[in-house]
Amino acid sequence: MRYEAPDTIKAAVGLLSKAKGTSRILAGGTDLLVQMRSGMIEPDLVVDIKSIPGMREIVAEKGGFRIGAAVSGAELEEHGKVGKMWPGVVEATNLIGSTQIQGRATMVGNLCNASPAADSVPAMIAAGATARVVGPKRTRDVPVEDIAKAPGKTSLAKGEFVASIFLPKAPARTGSAYLRFIPRTEMDIAVVGAGIAMTLNAKGVITAAKVSLGAVAARALVVEECAKAIIGSTLDDAALDRLAAAASAAAKPISDKRGTVDFRIKVAGVLARRAAVIAYDRARG
Amino acid sequence: MSAVHVSTNINGDDVEFVCRPDESLLDVLRDRLGMTGSKEGCGTGDCGACSVELDGRLVCSCLVMGAEVGGHKIETIEGMAQGDKLHPLQQKFLEHAALQCGICTPGFLVAARNLLERNNDPTETEVRYWLAGNLCRCTGYDKIVRAVLDTAKDMRKAAAKSSAKKASAKKPAAKKKAAPKKTAKKGARHAA
Repeated sequence: MRYEAPDTIKAAVGLLSKAKGTSRILAGGTDLLVQMRSGMIEPDLVVDIKSIPGMREIVAEKGGFRIGAAVSGAELEEHGKVGKMWPGVVEATNLIGSTQIQGRATMVGNLCNASPAADSVPAMIAAGATARVVGPKRTRDVPVEDIAKAPGKTSLAKGEFVASIFLPKAPARTGSAYLRFIPRTEMDIAVVGAGIAMTLNAKGVITAAKVSLGAVAARALVVEECAKAIIGSTLDDAALDRLAAAASAAAKPISDKRGTVDFRIKVAGVLARRAAVIAYDRARG
Repeated sequence: MSAVHVSTNINGDDVEFVCRPDESLLDVLRDRLGMTGSKEGCGTGDCGACSVELDGRLVCSCLVMGAEVGGHKIETIEGMAQGDKLHPLQQKFLEHAALQCGICTPGFLVAARNLLERNNDPTETEVRYWLAGNLCRCTGYDKIVRAVLDTAKDMRKAAAKSSAKKASAKKPAAKKKAAPKKTAKKGARHAA
């Protein structure tokens, strides 16, 4: 195995493009080192991107924020302003692991590890986040929902990596939230996760919404029926019932040691409903 | 596998080492530098026994590559006591019998110090959440949490005392806040 720490994106892309065998990006390393240790992967090349300018920075851009690929959960929380604009995204990211894990783990790593249960992913999707993908041919901005393809698989081509996440400016009266179900209070993997963002008009009517569910399919789902169920409403009980039914209908989970199909389908509806109530309250301010 | 040469700083001392690129910082500390205070419990970031500070940030050294710490600052359990003088947290762990087998203790101490440097007035809930990534199979955690809260109490008393002293030294009427700062300044430990 070779370890490289290039100081430009161009050099990193060059290394990844030319590499033979298995290559991995190192940012926080909280998935990479575990996978290496368990023998799940044996990379021939590890490219540490933390020496590249911008990777550890959060910068204001077009009223929103660009978050470098190596920004840790703890840094994201301490920034404050991102959490004020998109609380759902920051609270989802901060749910991942312990204090020690938060000191290293990144949103981009969570995304590119491509676990269906990744906490930050449904929250980013709901917020309309895009991933900046750099590569040998071009740089492209991709909706976060298009990065993961299946467990452990991404849509990134050889030589490409995600350099940053862009969270757009939240319109006035926007609220977001993320909830997950785990059997205990800390340090566990989502059985179901629900991310939601919505925007209200001055009368409290929902004018736009995006709902994403995690851990109920091979990758995080965008559920348009959930958004439709609440747009035009003031999140009354009937709208919440429609939302929960749409979330349960969209869930296509598997049974495993964390939960059964039936349980996950039911909980998808419950969490979508509860997250919506939180997001709505936040949107009203 | 080509070896990597790394220059870093551990507990205030400049350190150089050579390691294989796939070695963790924990492997380097224990097997190359003979610093065996950091323990390997799980090797997968779940137990916290290998906790160290990397640039002031609490991390699991088993999830950091040795190759990537060049130019960074690392604090380990070995830097906690000053000679024969135990760190207040170490002293309180003894007084509260907050350890039995001791494997988790270095990680708990490093993690608790990192918390108290940021917040010397944590609630019990804050302490429990902060230390959720440190597993102990002996004590049941209560004694550990009590030791940390008791240390924090002493730290606040000491801070109030020293700021009152400073205030009276300047001017009798000087309005210096006696209340301790919520966020302790990083690096204050070294200045002391």
